[in-house]
Amino acid sequence: MENLLKKTCLHDLHVELGAKMSPFGGFDMPIQYSGIIDEHNAVRRAAGVFDVSHMGEVFISGPDAERYVNHIFTNDIRTLEPGGIMYGMMLYPDGGTVDDLLVYRESEPQHYLLVVNASNIDKDYTWMLEQAKGFDVRIDNQSDAWGQIAVQGPEAEKYVCGTLGFPEAAALTFYTFLDAVRDGRRIIVSRTGYTGEDGFEIYAAPELIRNYWNLLLTAGVKPCGLGCRDTLRFEAGMPLYGDELTADISPIMAGLGMFCKLDKPEFIGKEALVEQKANGTARKLVGIELADKAVPRHGYPVELEDGFEVGVVTTGYHSISLEKSVCFALVDSAYSALGTPLWVRVRKNAFPGQVVKKRFYQTNYKK
Amino acid sequence: MSKIAEGLLYSESHEWVKVDGNVAIIGVSDFAQSEMGDITYVEMPDVDDEVEAGSDFGALESVKTSSELIAPVSGKVVARNDELEDKPEMINEDAYAAWIIKVEMSDESELDALLNAAAYAEIAK
Repeated sequence: MENLLKKTCLHDLHVELGAKMSPFGGFDMPIQYSGIIDEHNAVRRAAGVFDVSHMGEVFISGPDAERYVNHIFTNDIRTLEPGGIMYGMMLYPDGGTVDDLLVYRESEPQHYLLVVNASNIDKDYTWMLEQAKGFDVRIDNQSDAWGQIAVQGPEAEKYVCGTLGFPEAAALTFYTFLDAVRDGRRIIVSRTGYTGEDGFEIYAAPELIRNYWNLLLTAGVKPCGLGCRDTLRFEAGMPLYGDELTADISPIMAGLGMFCKLDKPEFIGKEALVEQKANGTARKLVGIELADKAVPRHGYPVELEDGFEVGVVTTGYHSISLEKSVCFALVDSAYSALGTPLWVRVRKNAFPGQVVKKRFYQTNYKK
Repeated sequence: MSKIAEGLLYSESHEWVKVDGNVAIIGVSDFAQSEMGDITYVEMPDVDDEVEAGSDFGALESVKTSSELIAPVSGKVVARNDELEDKPEMINEDAYAAWIIKVEMSDESELDALLNAAAYAEIAK
């Protein structure tokens, strides 16, 4: 298996740093360097840099690009300005989720960049091609040509503007991006992230990304692995495809209806979502806070006091920033109201908790 | 490279045992703590509970994973390290100083099934 894993353009640098490596989304990725807690706290308090080169970049262009993207995407890109970014999903007709993704509207008319999850690149690209019949669009999967780093944390701006030499990035607000050119090559700097903190994601050719990575480490930015990427996104209430969104979990079930514009004329999966919104869904994603330190993990049962199973944990941690045990769980909708007492079975024992808001941590974005 | 303390016995599931008369002092190896990363919680049995060789007697939780603790010997729990409740990171800092429980052995011949430091070094890598 190991030799089938793909490597990002920073792979050898991770190994050199002594990172703990593990397969993720088909890539051999760094899980941690100094330790998950240390890296997590660096992002919350100062700045950290992540290798996210495994993410997929698909460029859509052509006379029908806007209409096509709006056909496969739940959010409404007609309201997106050039230089703007939108979060949303691609859905199957039954409302199940193909993937969650970012759509970048480029300055050139009818040009979009879609950034998708590493584990879904091939599936998404195939899906996009299949849905393109009748649209005059070019769908260009450039995932292998782009490296990507995420610089995240309250001090991220200082490093992106100063160390990396993009002073114009200071003017970016959350979910906007700018284009730059270095040595004749395109660079995208976007004020986005997956941590709940202010930060930037930088897309560029592999050699440039390697250069930026080294500059940031030399300047004292902490290298951060996927371990803390997950604890950070989890605390900020964000879903991970495969856990909180799947082919069986619609954005309505996951509480992400705000990213699905049901007043749009049409998009794939719209009818299913309209029906789910009107009649409710059998299960819903909730947050649960436990009274105990026991740690709820993916797949652990969620129960009522008498042991009757009403759901399952999708992601759980002893939260680093909140210092308590919390999880996301998919539960019968009858037990999804805030304050509902629920128990999570951790090995032999069921631990009491209650339904709370999914955003466990107050995010700090630049508006 | 993880450290392997001489003079202790080890299980294949990465617990160590220090024998003190008929009492087995039990912890987890440096290799185990290094594999798990930052340990955040230690689930332990109560004093006077019985533990059985090969069965779980508790668990370690790190940020990323949880791992059951498997008893290397059978017997009655005579002490547990309550300091670990507030400072589970003691296991990361020194896995051989941070003992978890002490067990009064009911069958000392079970020790024969455990590994010495040299044999354990072969599997802890």
